Amino acid sequence: MGDPSRSHGLSLPVRRRQVLAAGLAGLVVVSLPRSALARPSLEEAIKTFTGGAEVLDGRVRLELPPLVENGNAVGVTIAAESPMTAADHVIRIGLFNEKNPEANVVIFHLGSRSGRAKVSTRIRLATSQVVVAVAEMSDGSFWSSRASAIVTLAACIEDLS
Amino acid sequence: MARALINVPKTARRGEIVEIRAMIAHPMETGYRMGTNGASIPRDIIRRFACGYDGEEVFSAELFPAMSANPFIAFTLVATASGAITFAWTDDAGETQTVSAEMAVS
Amino acid sequence: MRALWGLAGVAVAFVCSMVAATGLENGEKRSGFDFMTPETQALQTDDMSNPGMLWVLQGEQLWQQPEGRAEIACAGCHGDAGQTMGGVAARYPAFDEAIGRPIDLAGRINSCRAARQRAEPLAPESDELLALTTYVAHQSRGMPVAPATDARIAPFRDNGRRLFQSRIGQLDLSCASCHDANWGRRLGGSVIPQAHPNGYPLYRLEWQAVGSLQRRLRNCMIGVRAEPFAFGAPEFVDLELYLMERARGLPIETPGVRP
Repeated sequence: MGDPSRSHGLSLPVRRRQVLAAGLAGLVVVSLPRSALARPSLEEAIKTFTGGAEVLDGRVRLELPPLVENGNAVGVTIAAESPMTAADHVIRIGLFNEKNPEANVVIFHLGSRSGRAKVSTRIRLATSQVVVAVAEMSDGSFWSSRASAIVTLAACIEDLS
Repeated sequence: MARALINVPKTARRGEIVEIRAMIAHPMETGYRMGTNGASIPRDIIRRFACGYDGEEVFSAELFPAMSANPFIAFTLVATASGAITFAWTDDAGETQTVSAEMAVS
Repeated sequence: MRALWGLAGVAVAFVCSMVAATGLENGEKRSGFDFMTPETQALQTDDMSNPGMLWVLQGEQLWQQPEGRAEIACAGCHGDAGQTMGGVAARYPAFDEAIGRPIDLAGRINSCRAARQRAEPLAPESDELLALTTYVAHQSRGMPVAPATDARIAPFRDNGRRLFQSRIGQLDLSCASCHDANWGRRLGGSVIPQAHPNGYPLYRLEWQAVGSLQRRLRNCMIGVRAEPFAFGAPEFVDLELYLMERARGLPIETPGVRP
């Protein structure tokens, strides 16, 4: 019931059915590109966030526990090196995953009044995978950090009745 | 009323960086799960979180289904003036729940 | 996936058949908290991080709210829960004269609703019932589990022990097969805890919500492929009586957090 790993496989048939229905209705769905049926890749999601700008390694630290007891609530902390002044600060921090049904996790909007570029939250990881944090600085540069987690599943499954 | 837990220091010195924590009761239903009868459970998530303080929005977040149920967000603010810090969570239906807390700045 | 866990269950059953089922020795009594990762432990110990506190907060509001045809709030009779409810969860289930058998905390809340507030009972596992139960149990946090020494409940507790030790389901496992004989070992990726009730109602990450001890017990029964008792079944109260006796001395943790 609460197992996020179930969700991944479930998303595709629904979308295929929608595509089929659309095709039967005589709409122009002759050859949808393969990517329209799947989620955007991690890299594609980051590219959407950055608008295609170059992403450099460093200045961001993503903390993620390496071994996760339950993927429904994984604590993450993202911190970026920035003076957080009016002239030089972090504008946005985006968090993206590799294998959930959707690539986006959360996008934080910060500013000089944040004082520090440090945010903590709890996220869902459907399975063991890579997570990437990307920070956009006020000078237009993008910096990133990646981490991976192994997600174990509970041995005793939930009541479905 | 909103079932939310927020943690704001009661007092702060001007210019001090304070930590703010906010958590609201919400299932964050992803839209990818099936119920007992095999029917998919419709998506119902908090889409946006915003924090206002001293005249403007100072922090916000766009949330996606990969955010945990009962979403928790911790961040920082520079204490600039005494007054209310407001928190607003907006869901898929466009409904907003708000909570506020006072911080005295000296 | 289910088949895999089925295999794991058979493996455990095999191990269990070799290890004689024994009760817990006093010195080795450990809360499920001790078997969690530091990250999950931190979720429980920090009230501002513990999602279970959202139910405590709701319970606090419901406690003050007049209900039913009597239009009276819990607080109308019991006053400040901080003063009057401390220690209650540590000694429950207790004997109930009206029904002539023990009643658990959630059952007591519903019987209070019927008799005093003249209100409809709250559904099992409803947010409202969980919130009130969690709020009341939270008033005992840190107090040692100290079951009532009421002679009238002894036969029910004995029945609870019998249920705990009875093999059930297609996997032919008893509670004791795992939680007495094999605690501390692993079942899949999870450590098998000693199955203490001292954190309930608690927030399970698997549930993404607060749930009752009965919900957990039903999960276990389904896990061994047995037909679970219905919510509110007297067998669950008997089992809880035995579990509380078995957990005597452990601190109440409500709202606990478990993976």
